[in-house]
Amino acid sequence: MSYIIRRAIFYLIAAWASITLNFFLPRMMPGDPGSVLMAKLRGQGDIRPETIEAMTKAYGLSDDPLIIQYFGYMRNILSGEFGVSTSWFPAPVIDVIRTGLIWTIILMGTALLISFGIGSVLGVIGAWKRGSWMDNVTPPVFVFLGSLPYFWIAPLLLFAFAFHFNIFPARHAYNTDLSPNFSWSFISSVIGHMILPVLSIVIVSIGGWLLGMRNTMIAILSEDYVTMAEAKGLGSRRVMFGYGARNALLPTLTSFGMSLGFILSGSLFTEMVFAYPGLGYLLINSVRSLDYPLMQGLFMMITFAVLFANFIIDILYVRLDPRIRQH
Amino acid sequence: MSSSVNTALENAQTEVSTPEPPKNQPVRKAKRASGVVGLLLQNRKAAVGAFIVVFYVLVAVLGPYLVPYDPTQIVGRRHTPPSWEHWFGTDGSGKDVLSQTVVGARSSLATGFIVGSIVTVVGILIGMTAGYMRGRVDDFLSTLINIVLIIPGLPLLIVLAAFLPAGFWSIIFVLSVTGWAWGSRVLRSQTMSLREKDFVASAVTVGEGKLRIMLREILPNMMSIVVAGFFGAVNYAIGAQAGLEFLGLGNPSNVSWGNNLYWAQNNSAMLVGAWWTLIPSGLSIALVAFGFSMINYAIDEVTNPRLRSQRQTASILKKQPAKVRRSRATPVLMEGNGD
Repeated sequence: MSYIIRRAIFYLIAAWASITLNFFLPRMMPGDPGSVLMAKLRGQGDIRPETIEAMTKAYGLSDDPLIIQYFGYMRNILSGEFGVSTSWFPAPVIDVIRTGLIWTIILMGTALLISFGIGSVLGVIGAWKRGSWMDNVTPPVFVFLGSLPYFWIAPLLLFAFAFHFNIFPARHAYNTDLSPNFSWSFISSVIGHMILPVLSIVIVSIGGWLLGMRNTMIAILSEDYVTMAEAKGLGSRRVMFGYGARNALLPTLTSFGMSLGFILSGSLFTEMVFAYPGLGYLLINSVRSLDYPLMQGLFMMITFAVLFANFIIDILYVRLDPRIRQH
Repeated sequence: MSSSVNTALENAQTEVSTPEPPKNQPVRKAKRASGVVGLLLQNRKAAVGAFIVVFYVLVAVLGPYLVPYDPTQIVGRRHTPPSWEHWFGTDGSGKDVLSQTVVGARSSLATGFIVGSIVTVVGILIGMTAGYMRGRVDDFLSTLINIVLIIPGLPLLIVLAAFLPAGFWSIIFVLSVTGWAWGSRVLRSQTMSLREKDFVASAVTVGEGKLRIMLREILPNMMSIVVAGFFGAVNYAIGAQAGLEFLGLGNPSNVSWGNNLYWAQNNSAMLVGAWWTLIPSGLSIALVAFGFSMINYAIDEVTNPRLRSQRQTASILKKQPAKVRRSRATPVLMEGNGD
């Protein structure tokens, strides 16, 4: 169990580092942070007195020494106090984030499962039939698909399937005439709105899983126990999945955690293009409307979510790989 | 962003870094390098990748002198489809898309190569120090590396870019700060395994200094990883710069692929069906990323014999009469020079 504790300590340090970063970033900006932000906000035109007050609070325009501000900031973050959003005034940042979190989880989760599933199976087959035409053709094709920028493939899909052929809806996560509930009409509307965003993420991210799985699988297929299994006369499907893929899955799980951040980035672009009301859409809108408290709150929440997911993966890893427990 | 390629790269590189067959004596540098380059040139994937990359480098260097129009000037009607006058059509404000694409290559590739170089140097410094020093230094540095790796990249980029004044060097700075950890991690583990080798032990015995051992003994033996890491970083920088600009976080008056896409999106190119404003810049980003990824893929195949495709194995076999047992295990080949 000491492995889990070590990992937990690492995630705590990482969380502390990101809070600290978040605190110092606006304060390290060239010039006086508060007045620069204020000037930017004023440049936008309307500025409410409440906004000024919220900004003053968030950016330490008070005269307290930095260290006092820092501990105050820490305390606020840890108690879930992220300040007040200036663009959704007077909604607290945490409430705004809550509306987006669920959509990002649904979108990313679906895309991740689909691309991981298909990519891994294709990778296993590619490694098994190494040197076949399929194995020669698939890597370059998927490397190319993986090179497509998210922010390019998403608008193209939008144009082709939403505007030109008019098959799928162009924006939002569900038909806004419906109210969110567990009825079939609502759920089907959610699924319909999800197809294009999920498709754009899957197209780009599938190659990573395929190549990763293929390379691990090739290494594993040269192990003695695979030769032994073949020599025993086990069926090829059994050797491929029961002996090869099963062991190749384990290292892939680690990269699963590592690539969460990457896939999240893709999901942010996709959300923006499809106006999908998740964290990415909120993030880019907060940047555009200079809503700094919301932007920083989102960065915090996204980071915490990724750290938490990685911790879960570590726990899973210990359960799946008994060798780790002995360390 | 070429994120999944990076993932693949990471998988591939960790693959290279751990079970690399032990090289007990340091192979003479020149010979090894020419061997690797030679093998790379035979590799079809590397050839395709190199062709694409060289093509775009030429476009970036020579293109701005050859383009028919000034990419910042309004030279036609808005959103006109491709024609003899405007090969790639015009954008939402009547500027020539072909000129924008060609001139945009310069900013994108410059960002890529500058960030790639910075990131590679920082990656070597931190990764090798951590791997060679071990102990406390390594604990500290690898925690740092892992923290930078685990904090989600794009949100961090967005927050950083939002606070800094928009401009070319701000973006370079932001991309370098977020991008160095990847290479460090791979180089750290490779340094750790190489420093256990006999040739390092003998260098220590001879009395060589730490710095000399790191730079003259260990570094040349992992050049393939350094080069692959450099290409990966260039890719990352080009994609991330375009992404930030697409989000409106760059300097919008600068002509680059990301800004072209930003303006296309802003002028609702897709709503009016002006696909020609979107295709060239996006496809260019994808092709350059594809080119670098293919070179890296080939480097991986060449330096990690396990991944060499059967076709290559067969072509080596044809030159040399040898019998290989048909099995799934990695074929062991003895080349003439006993390398």
